[in-house]
Amino acid sequence: MPKLSYAKALNRALSDEMARDPSVFVMGEDIHLALTQTTTGLLDRFGPQRVVQTPLSEQGFTNFATGAAMAGRRPVVEYQIPFLLLLVIEQIANQANKFALMSGGQTRVPVTYLLPGTGWRPGWGAQHSDQPYSVFAHLGVKTVIPATPTDAYGLLTTAIRDDDPVMVFAPMPALGIREDVDYADLAPIPLGVGLVRRAGTDVTVVAVGHLVHDALAVAEELAGEVSVEVFDPRSLYPFDWAGLAASLERTGRLVVFDDSNRSCGLAGEILATAAEEMRLDAAPKRVTRPDGAVVIGCAPGLDLAVQPSRAQLTNAIRAVLKS
Amino acid sequence: MNAARLYRTMRLIRRFEERAIELVRSGDIASGIHPCIGQEAVAAGVCAALRPDDIVLSNHRGHGHLLAKGSDPGRFLAELAAKDTGIDRGRAGSFHPSDFSVGVYGASGTVGHGAAIAAGVAWAVGQDSDRVVVSFFGDGAVSQGALLESFNLAALWQVPVVFVCENNYYATTLPADTAIAGTVTGRAEAFGIPAYTVDGQDADVVLEAAAGAVGRARAGGGPSLLEFSTYRYEGHHTFERTMRLRYRDEAEVARWRARDPLALQASRVAPGERERIDAEIETLLDEAVRYAVESPQPDPLDAFDHLYAGGMRVRAGVSHA
Ligand SMILES: Cc1ncc(C[n+]2csc(CCOP(=O)(O)OP(=O)(O)O)c2C)c(N)n1
Ligand SMILES: [Mg+2]
Repeated sequence: MPKLSYAKALNRALSDEMARDPSVFVMGEDIHLALTQTTTGLLDRFGPQRVVQTPLSEQGFTNFATGAAMAGRRPVVEYQIPFLLLLVIEQIANQANKFALMSGGQTRVPVTYLLPGTGWRPGWGAQHSDQPYSVFAHLGVKTVIPATPTDAYGLLTTAIRDDDPVMVFAPMPALGIREDVDYADLAPIPLGVGLVRRAGTDVTVVAVGHLVHDALAVAEELAGEVSVEVFDPRSLYPFDWAGLAASLERTGRLVVFDDSNRSCGLAGEILATAAEEMRLDAAPKRVTRPDGAVVIGCAPGLDLAVQPSRAQLTNAIRAVLKS
Repeated sequence: MNAARLYRTMRLIRRFEERAIELVRSGDIASGIHPCIGQEAVAAGVCAALRPDDIVLSNHRGHGHLLAKGSDPGRFLAELAAKDTGIDRGRAGSFHPSDFSVGVYGASGTVGHGAAIAAGVAWAVGQDSDRVVVSFFGDGAVSQGALLESFNLAALWQVPVVFVCENNYYATTLPADTAIAGTVTGRAEAFGIPAYTVDGQDADVVLEAAAGAVGRARAGGGPSLLEFSTYRYEGHHTFERTMRLRYRDEAEVARWRARDPLALQASRVAPGERERIDAEIETLLDEAVRYAVESPQPDPLDAFDHLYAGGMRVRAGVSHA
């Protein structure tokens, strides 16, 4: 079976959708030379009208994509760096995401926002290390974060076909992951459908994005001691609450492993919903970034100390089992 | 263009706004409105240069844009009154109206940011048609960086958009000459976009300028900018009637009123024809007001409708268990 890398899966999904639907086009910075690799080969195949290289005008081109979408196109907008999202929160959450509503259903804005390389980039400094997916889930923008190449392909495909704005976060540590795939098995994955990556009976670990792989490693390490179920929500908004509830029915214990800042982050919402509505036999725990943007991005020692780690997850799992 | 048609559009806008202000006073339009009284010649003249399949992106002072593009006054007033029968099912109100049936793709509330949306629409429609897009904004918008980004993108990619700046000399209470370094047209010219400052109180002059810019865009000549010199007689928003904000003096308002665009256009139409048009508009608006007032409110059970085009339902604010 061929090996497919995560980055190549994004490229393949984009290419397949552009071939399938002429209204799909991609825009962003340095995409003609495919700086992030998601657009490799697309310029030659589809030409500059569908591979639109932009100047450094994030607010301008984000709204531009909204206009193109209302005129019947399906733009895929790539942002090189996650902090650029902070520049265009208004354009995504207040413009693109509200035109269907404000028009009373007359229009739709099927834009995909693609973020190849979110989260910590060793040595890139404090401004290049954010992981702001919780912000968009909070604002009600559909948000996915695939953990594997197969999911990267399937979720990007679905995002492009969706009639609303969708954020696709591709975490930096996941980009190099490779997987044996049969290309024929690559297919769209519906939003709001999580996946039990490893079945278990004692505790559910909800792991987000690249942390799915760390959670699986911890589950394997602890296999002799505790049976860990790893639940990958894949899509953060909408969230697969039914899938989580089913898992907690089996385990009754919960740890959330999430690369968001702690305050108002996704993990808090998952814990709250589980506490309000689901079976919990013990107080749940979360392992996240600290409050505030303290990933400094220069000295790896400092950064690793404040990022959610396998050791923290291991401790949290043991703690919820005791209580 | 026939003078009577321009007059009719302007008279409709003027009387629509006056009736809407009455509905604000009576509480039927809870949001209040940003009236465009005094600026009717810009909306009427620009839209008269457009084809029905051309597209407009409006702004917060946009009632004239929709009416001039052909929106139904009854459904539009119902929208301002946030009724279920409104053009946008009461989800837009006065601030964000769109009417896709006449090519109005919306009104962004973020001053200056609608222009890039307009450029994107123009880029897309320009690839397989000769349709043209007009982007309306005020003098306040020209201090937004995003507006300049839209000029850059539109000029780089030569998209068929006409940027229309309705310079009414104030952004809320802020006088334009205390806000704008350089000029409005100079901003566009810096990007190689042809730009003209034009009298916005004479509908014939507006139409001629707009026809030139629209024709250029339609022929593949790319964007242009028209800055219309105009004035709003009313406050920034109807809430201003309850405040005593002194940012312009009565003499200035009187000077502009003395050159009223509607009176000027009326002078070009035979009295008999004018009376017929005026009477027709009163009947139309009586009916529109009745429709707006009598229409039902949206059902609270439908509050989640249209949040997502794909129909996704969201969780309520109260947890269910
Ligand atoms: C980016 C932004 N800043 C501030 C506001 C608040 N605001 C709404 S309208 C307005 C004045 C706009 O003036 P102008 O563009 O000249 O249009 P006019 O009201 O004169 O028609 C302001 C400050 C806003 N909606 N968006
Ligand atoms: Mg103004």
